[in-house]
Amino acid sequence: MERVVVSMQDPDHGVNMRSQRLLITVVPHAVTGNDIMEWLIHKYCISEEEALHLGTLLLRHGYLYPLQDPGSLVLRPDETLYRFQTPYFWTSTLWPASELDYAIYLAKKNIRKHGALADHEKEHHGQLHRKINHMWDLVVMQAREQLRAAKQRRKGDRLVVACQEQTYWLVHRPPPGVPSVLEQAPERGSCTARRVLMTKNADFYKREIECCRRALGRTRVKSSVSLEAYLKFSNQHRPHDPIMSGCLPSNPWITDDDTYWAMNAPRVAEPTQLRVERWAFSFQELLQDPVGRAHFMDFLRKEFSAENLSFWEACKELRHGGQAQVPALVDAVYQQFLAPGAARWVNIDSQTMERTLEGLRRPHRYVLDAAQLHIYMLMKKDSYPRFLKSDMYKALLAEAVIPPETKRRVFPFMWKPRRSSPSPALLPASASGDCAAAPGGPGGGPGEA
Amino acid sequence: MCDQTFLVNVFGSCDKCFKQRALRPVFKKSQQLSYCSICAEIMATDGLHENETLASLKSEAESLKGKLEEERAKLHDVELHQVAERVEALGQFVMKTRRTLKGHGNKVLCMDWCKDKRRIVSSSQDGKVIVWDSFTTNKEHAVTMPCTWVMACAYAPSGCAIACGGLDNKCSVYPLTFDKNENMAAKKKSVAMHTNYLSACSFTNSDMQILTASGDGTCALWDVESGQLLQSFHGHGADVLCLDLAPSETGNTFVSGGCDKKAMVWDMRSGQCVQAFETHESDINSVRYYPSGDAFASGSDDATCRLYDLRADREVAIYSKESIIFGASSVDFSLSGRLLFAGYNDYTINVWDVLKGSRVSILFGHENRVSTLRVSPDGTAFCSGSWDHTLRVWA
Repeated sequence: MERVVVSMQDPDHGVNMRSQRLLITVVPHAVTGNDIMEWLIHKYCISEEEALHLGTLLLRHGYLYPLQDPGSLVLRPDETLYRFQTPYFWTSTLWPASELDYAIYLAKKNIRKHGALADHEKEHHGQLHRKINHMWDLVVMQAREQLRAAKQRRKGDRLVVACQEQTYWLVHRPPPGVPSVLEQAPERGSCTARRVLMTKNADFYKREIECCRRALGRTRVKSSVSLEAYLKFSNQHRPHDPIMSGCLPSNPWITDDDTYWAMNAPRVAEPTQLRVERWAFSFQELLQDPVGRAHFMDFLRKEFSAENLSFWEACKELRHGGQAQVPALVDAVYQQFLAPGAARWVNIDSQTMERTLEGLRRPHRYVLDAAQLHIYMLMKKDSYPRFLKSDMYKALLAEAVIPPETKRRVFPFMWKPRRSSPSPALLPASASGDCAAAPGGPGGGPGEA
Repeated sequence: MCDQTFLVNVFGSCDKCFKQRALRPVFKKSQQLSYCSICAEIMATDGLHENETLASLKSEAESLKGKLEEERAKLHDVELHQVAERVEALGQFVMKTRRTLKGHGNKVLCMDWCKDKRRIVSSSQDGKVIVWDSFTTNKEHAVTMPCTWVMACAYAPSGCAIACGGLDNKCSVYPLTFDKNENMAAKKKSVAMHTNYLSACSFTNSDMQILTASGDGTCALWDVESGQLLQSFHGHGADVLCLDLAPSETGNTFVSGGCDKKAMVWDMRSGQCVQAFETHESDINSVRYYPSGDAFASGSDDATCRLYDLRADREVAIYSKESIIFGASSVDFSLSGRLLFAGYNDYTINVWDVLKGSRVSILFGHENRVSTLRVSPDGTAFCSGSWDHTLRVWA
């Protein structure tokens, strides 16, 4: 932010500054709101709304202060006058605004306005009076001294200093209802902050060196090749991106009509055309879609290789399942798919089979990874292309539904009731889910804990 | 040599200095001792070989990094915006706030979508975690955590549970129940234990495993049922702030970003760092994979977002503008990967064209900094949470 402000004050390229007249006093180096906006728009090629937003932020962080109406920090794109805050008062100097200073400021204001402070200021004044009662004489004396010194300055300077101070305190002690811009998230330790835990000791560097050595050995792809892949991916998926191409029948968020979700539910009897098209993009897309996977399983049954997909699913369950179930699952998979003479024996090459059988002696969740990958590649290179060329898939494409676009409502102010849907937490445990069905709760409506 | 684990589970008197401190197990010549962290540190630096000093290790690391950069640059023959010249430019985008979710009494810090595309879970500074049906804007569940600043929350893939954590250094899993007689807090399961705040958590492909990132500089993979640590990931030199899982079926990798300006890609199975990228100039607040899994984007306090390609092993695009001077707190891609939505600390959301590198539009609406942003699972909308106590769904 300071970079912006400094460049704004640059005498040659900065904002147009001149001595302005404010009522009867002349204030040097003041700028109008309009000038600020124009300069921001011009320098950063941004829109008016954005320039206003940026200017307001600068104001709220205390880098500019208004000369008229100093009660609120709002940038007005007209002839309202502003000045740049001196670096002494910049928030980044992080000088804590002490209670004593605030007390002196409030006391001064009290005296000057004969007790007509804003409500929150009165409250603070009372609080501080109680808290630093022992120093109150000092506070009042300081306040009187400062007021007296101020009277001896020129009217222009007095006005400027008053506005400066006012803005400073608006930033550091915001009135109720205005969020403070100085709020920060909990502190993030850096390496220097926590020596004991984070010291860059030998282990850290050794790990880094190892990681670098491994990275040097990686095979890399030319930029042109990998960047082309993005273009292809984006183009391919563009019609499927609701934000970019809209969705049929309509985007539920815009029209309050959730037919789109009903038609694209995970297990729907009639998938839409876009959905069926996606199965042809990659094997992963086909497997991720429950409907697609079911159709693929049907296809494999016809080809008598359904055990491949079942094996792959069982391995996935092992990998992502709970730690306690690992031994039992490994055993079950072995009995069903890998043991010689098993009911659904899968065809894995001998090398992988040997390695897997050896690993099975000490089962852990990744023991079937090699076999799983082999079967996955087998299906991807062999069964998947055949599926895409099969009559079954072609029939699916032909039968797939293209939902009609929702007709625009004639009376847009008639509210369509937004239907609520049952929470997944209520549904009975499905094949892949693992949650217990909660007894007798309301059917997924306005529940409240 | 010494085998340091970063998890502390014993408090007592150190075997070396005999002071009452938090201890960790340390192996010295196959004998297990319990040292306090300071003595452990001293032992680590003592245990170097004579011809290795800390400085020489550091310089070796630096030189290797330099060589790595050279290797990466060799295969770099074209820039992304050059390749993208063939693509047509995007027209004007009109996105408006379609839903505003009010109900949090304090800053919203994190949110996540459920797989049913309409429910979300959000967490805030005062310890409240709320599950909403954002389509109807009804609140369905609410839990109060015993700590403030709940910086991480996640929805389980089955939709039956949520996980959250923050300054309590733990990640807790709450099964969702509609039973009026049950208190949700009673069924809470404490899964992860770190030595510093929890900054991000995510379920891996099932309800059974959780991946967490913490301010103690490590990420960890946990088994939900038993709370057992399955794998830990060391390598960041400072707090880890964010993580994201790769969308691939075959691989199991994830990316994490931290205060040490590094984004690291890890192999979940071995716990090793596969790739590391260090081009940001400040803390990385958020990382997100490109939908194809071949790249990821990161948003940082240096007011830029960057795209890193995993196959070419380098940074390929920077999304920045001179008028953007506040840091990006969270990023996410649209479904096709053409748009990158980024929420910033100057209360706005900028929409970037990923391929061309230019900004498509800027969205105003929040009255305080945008802390979290996620695109819905089917890409119909995205939700942003902010320090102004509200969440907004944009479409």
